[in-house]
Amino acid sequence: MEQQTVKCEVKNLNLWYGDNHALKDVSMDIYDKSITAFIGPSGCGKSTFLKTLNRMNDLVPNVKIEGTVLLDGEDIFSPKCDPTMLRKKVGMVFQQPNPFPMSIYDNIAYGPRIHGIKKKAQLDEIVETSLKGAAIFDEVKDRLKKSALGLSGGQQQRLCIARALAVQPELLLMDEPTSALDPISTMKIEELMEELKKNYAIAIVTHNMQQAARVADRTAFFLVGEMVEIGDTETIFARPADKRTEDYITGRFG
Amino acid sequence: MSTQTAVALHNNLSNDFSILKKKKRTSDMVLRVLIIICAFIAVALIAGIIIYVVIRGVPVLIANPNFIIGQRSFLQGTYGILPNIINTLYIIVITLLIATPLGVGSAIFLNEYAKPGKLVKIIEFTTETLSGIPSILFGLFGMVFFGNVCGMGTSILCGCLTLTLMILPTITRTAQEALKTVPLSYRSGALGIGATKWYMIRTVILPSSIGGIATGVILAIGRIVGESAALIFTAGSGSNMVSDFFGHTMQSGATLTVEMYLRYTANNDTDNAFGIALVLIVLVLIINICAGLVRNRFAKKTSAEG
Repeated sequence: MEQQTVKCEVKNLNLWYGDNHALKDVSMDIYDKSITAFIGPSGCGKSTFLKTLNRMNDLVPNVKIEGTVLLDGEDIFSPKCDPTMLRKKVGMVFQQPNPFPMSIYDNIAYGPRIHGIKKKAQLDEIVETSLKGAAIFDEVKDRLKKSALGLSGGQQQRLCIARALAVQPELLLMDEPTSALDPISTMKIEELMEELKKNYAIAIVTHNMQQAARVADRTAFFLVGEMVEIGDTETIFARPADKRTEDYITGRFG
Repeated sequence: MSTQTAVALHNNLSNDFSILKKKKRTSDMVLRVLIIICAFIAVALIAGIIIYVVIRGVPVLIANPNFIIGQRSFLQGTYGILPNIINTLYIIVITLLIATPLGVGSAIFLNEYAKPGKLVKIIEFTTETLSGIPSILFGLFGMVFFGNVCGMGTSILCGCLTLTLMILPTITRTAQEALKTVPLSYRSGALGIGATKWYMIRTVILPSSIGGIATGVILAIGRIVGESAALIFTAGSGSNMVSDFFGHTMQSGATLTVEMYLRYTANNDTDNAFGIALVLIVLVLIINICAGLVRNRFAKKTSAEG
């Protein structure tokens, strides 16, 4: 395997929701310009882990986090870290498409506007590149001023990806981005991810093992809060090192 | 059981359950009639009141063409309620200017900033209790506190502040309910691309709950228009025209409802009271239509068509 730069380095991450120890000593590297998939049964902590990477878990009451997460070598839990700047760098796409109840244009311009971009020409350009980046520009270019809620589910999800791209993130987190979509939309999003990984680091949570096998360069298997193993996707699916991984991917439980 | 009786029983049963034998269910019929009567009484009551007010009110308006656009003058012997109409609108505007920011602000605090727990429960309980207190009690308090202690005397401002206390719970509660209906996904979406909390509230949460907030404000307007007890104590019975916008707040001024009360009790002038009643009904109708239009507009803005 060729030399790859580490985008995000997680060391001994522990997380508790109240008394519930939801993440147990998780350590991993997420590489730049590649896709890392997290698989595992429901409630195994993979979504929690994903949300920790842009500190969305801060919003949950009674959460306690220990360990380090370094983004480009900078500690995201440092008191000096500004969560809003972190979330600009680490974009997120959610399970349910969640466009805001405003026009397609305003949805995409939302992020850039937060970060102080006001000039119309500049916003126009960002909107166009972001929509093109998410492979939805041609479908919506004539209706940019129309409400985003009129789009289909698959279009809405690509719009949300475009919205995340508009703030030029460096790491893109996707929490089961296709679980609410039909197969054709899913295929489009997967193609899009292949495109996006040329420029971004992507981490994706998926329930669908075929999806992980199709798109991911590396795959991590989670089980009850523990990361059982991580490796090249081919290795994980063909020759898993751990018995529990093998049981899960061969469908013995899950 | 012999085969024969079994067959007979079967025939009996299938006869009983035939769809072609329509049964008379007396209890159903009785209930149905009762319900229709209830509905009829409810409608008839409202229709009766409106018709009666129209019958008594229209002649007053015809006999006195200046009823709506004129003023009362003992020297010229004229009577008109223009000052009262203006007072009513004036009190609505001033009260809403004070109460809306306060109510929406406290709703935002309770829903978005305060940690859910005892304090929020206590505040919610208090606001709910506040909305159940008879208005005359607010009037007494307003007269003593705003009027005497704060030295506003009997003035429109004193009345507006008293009304603010009365409608604050309505605005706060409805705004809170509206904020609660904003999907969690909007919040995580906004925060997830680096919005600060206030930016998120300003750009996503408030715009998508504006319909509900507007509903609360309109309910509050209804309460203001209908209020008399609290205002008799605080805003008084003046019927001067507004000469300067802000100076007017320190004068006494009767709203339509108060003037109506005064017509009947102090002057035994039932006719003009019915004239005012008619104007009030029309005013309430206009406010309700406006409310509907506003709500539809906001609803459209946040739906797929917008």
